[in-house]
Amino acid sequence: MTNSMLTVTGLAKSYGPMPALAGVDLDVTRGTLLAVLGPSGCGKTTLLRCVAGFERADEGMVAVAGRTVAGNRLHVPPHRRGVAVVPQEGALFPHLSVADNVGYGLDRAARRSGRVEETLELVGLAAYGARMPHQLSGGQQQRVAIARALAPRPALVLLDEPFSALDARLRAELRADVRQALRADGATGVLVTHDQGEALSMADAVAVMDAGLIVQCGAPAAVYRDPATPWIARFVGEAVLLPATVDADVATTPLGRLPLRGSAACGAATVLVRPEQIRLTPSGGAPATVVRQDFHGHDALTTVRLDDGTVLTARMLDEDNGLTAGTRVAITVRGQVRAYAE
Amino acid sequence: MLAGRSLALAAVVTAACAVLGVGTALLVTRTDLPGRRVFGVLAALPLAVPTYVAGFAWTATVTGFEGFWAAALLLTVCSYPYVFLPAVAALNRTDPGQEEVSRSLGKGPWATLFGVTLRQIRPAVAAGSLLVALYVLSDFGAVSIVRVDTFTRAIFTAFNLGFDRTGALVLSTVLVLLTVLLIGAELTTRTRDARYASTAVRLPVRLRLARWRGPALAGLLAVNGLALGVPAAGLARWLAAGVSRPGSLAEIAAAAGASLSVSLAGTALTMLLALPLGLLTARAPGPVATALDRLTYLAHALPGVVIGLSLVFFAVNVAYPLYQSAWLLALAYATLFLPLAVGAVASAAAQSPPAVEEAARSLGRGPFTVFRTVTLPLTLPGIGAGAALTFLTCMKELPATLLLRPTGMDTLATELWTHTSTAAYAAAAPYAAILVALAAVPTWLLAARTGLTQTGATR
Repeated sequence: MTNSMLTVTGLAKSYGPMPALAGVDLDVTRGTLLAVLGPSGCGKTTLLRCVAGFERADEGMVAVAGRTVAGNRLHVPPHRRGVAVVPQEGALFPHLSVADNVGYGLDRAARRSGRVEETLELVGLAAYGARMPHQLSGGQQQRVAIARALAPRPALVLLDEPFSALDARLRAELRADVRQALRADGATGVLVTHDQGEALSMADAVAVMDAGLIVQCGAPAAVYRDPATPWIARFVGEAVLLPATVDADVATTPLGRLPLRGSAACGAATVLVRPEQIRLTPSGGAPATVVRQDFHGHDALTTVRLDDGTVLTARMLDEDNGLTAGTRVAITVRGQVRAYAE
Repeated sequence: MLAGRSLALAAVVTAACAVLGVGTALLVTRTDLPGRRVFGVLAALPLAVPTYVAGFAWTATVTGFEGFWAAALLLTVCSYPYVFLPAVAALNRTDPGQEEVSRSLGKGPWATLFGVTLRQIRPAVAAGSLLVALYVLSDFGAVSIVRVDTFTRAIFTAFNLGFDRTGALVLSTVLVLLTVLLIGAELTTRTRDARYASTAVRLPVRLRLARWRGPALAGLLAVNGLALGVPAAGLARWLAAGVSRPGSLAEIAAAAGASLSVSLAGTALTMLLALPLGLLTARAPGPVATALDRLTYLAHALPGVVIGLSLVFFAVNVAYPLYQSAWLLALAYATLFLPLAVGAVASAAAQSPPAVEEAARSLGRGPFTVFRTVTLPLTLPGIGAGAALTFLTCMKELPATLLLRPTGMDTLATELWTHTSTAAYAAAAPYAAILVALAAVPTWLLAARTGLTQTGATR
């Protein structure tokens, strides 16, 4: 029994002269959720449609649970792949009740075995089987769509930005519940999203995609802490990028000499500092002036200008730090930083 | 001379319909007019009255009702729903946000109405107006009954009474050219709608009519009196006289039977052709599908007289066994009404978005199972409505039926026409009544589809 539920190798697909996928490699371990994170138009939906079998890839190979479903002129139709999709708007069957929607992919025996009730329970809608889809709220419809995809125990569940049509609070709640439901069912999933918060909080692994390529793949914390390129650093979370000179394991920056994580070639480089690594103190660091403060409730982002003109942001948890525009502060950096050779 | 009169009639009727249709649509959807829901349904109803039935009712009620202006009045009150329905649909679709922005920028309700709202619905009104223009050019029943010589009447007379085939052909060619010109104009104004239904629906703020309420009500009542009241009164009066005439029941039953069987054949043929075409335009949009779509519209815009005449020539010269058979008539119906059916099938297919079918495929169901369990249940009501619409439009059709029916066969429409032309109003009334009753069904469907029946409920 293989441990890899999805293997994608060298997948390429073009629409006319525009390549949507330019050789994608991907591997999803059994029982985990992988998030494909990328800006709109990076090809992540095309990737999902090629895996599901709705699109035919030009080149490359797709294997689901160790069985090749696409590649070498082979194209297994969507219904023989064991890959269930949860589309953006849910796409429930409007003419079927909730229970019939969930039971759609089951044969008669499985339907009678209580699997429909079981999956509805998983998504927290046990009492809703008799309702019609139009009687449900948007969040409930998405829950049903997820139960419907889980019910036949597919090898793989593909989620195509399933929370994008919901409001912020509902989204956070649904993310946690969906993650819980997938885990409880032992399902393997791929979540396509452009929301880095969603990818980092839900997934076991994150694959960052840009211009038809996977540019980095790893655990959420690793991708956030150790982005492979400055572009990824800026796309996944907020980033302060500073010019620096690297010598052995120390970078000389406008904020002083900072210890490096990992190693980098000596010479000119760009250094990544996350806003939460930056501390503002009355004295004892690089001198700077506060430009403005953006309050976010749980934290605040303070923009400061160094005396040499460099502008950077610091994340502050103190609810009332007394900083206003014009306040003179000193900057220190906590922990190690990542350097990218020029 | 003929061309001038035909075009003048088309211009007058189109302009009147545009004003009447847009005005009614605005009153019904955007003002606090009392009884606006009822007026909305009433404004769609004239579609249920074939022009020749309205013509019969008017001439039977008002003596000396004939000539250019009589025809203009008749055609206007019969065809303004062609503008009204798309205008209402467009008004319901417009984003109230734009109107709110205009109001917030300091424009009053009237300035907003003319500056924002009416501009948003202009494509729909233009399309509706051109439909009216095409309709007037191709109308045969009304102009014949009020004795105005237009192209259609001249063609029919030349062919049927004078046996002047060349004359009929020349006239037909000119009429076709006029039609093609109008379609060209329509194509340049046509904009493509979003193909799948959007869900965000917010109702706009209604204008308060205040002191204009009385005049608006009086105006709508007058229009409805002309469009529905006069035909209803005329029908009722002559119906009482007509049914009392002995021996007429068997005739009516025979005509109804003939109408039903020919229309059924026409509908079956039309739907058979429309299903693949409609699914193609909905699912595989591209140059081929677009070209096919436009071609069927061309055929729809061609006057029934011309289609009928062409098929007579076709049968006599190419397929003689078809001549004088009911199948030729069915073929004419299919040619004329294919766009109705294609439109219904295409919009029904849009009720089953591809994402839903893809979700079904991903759950392990093959293409045929998905078609049977998802696509078909979702599209069947729309396809059924399209078939009903086609069927009842076939029942109403007059000129092609007159030209192509097998000798000795009479339908409701032809019986009505025969009796009207000999001023036997009492004998004509029962046929007219049955036709109107039957035609009211698809009109109701059409009104329901446009959302007229919902605007009042979701208020």
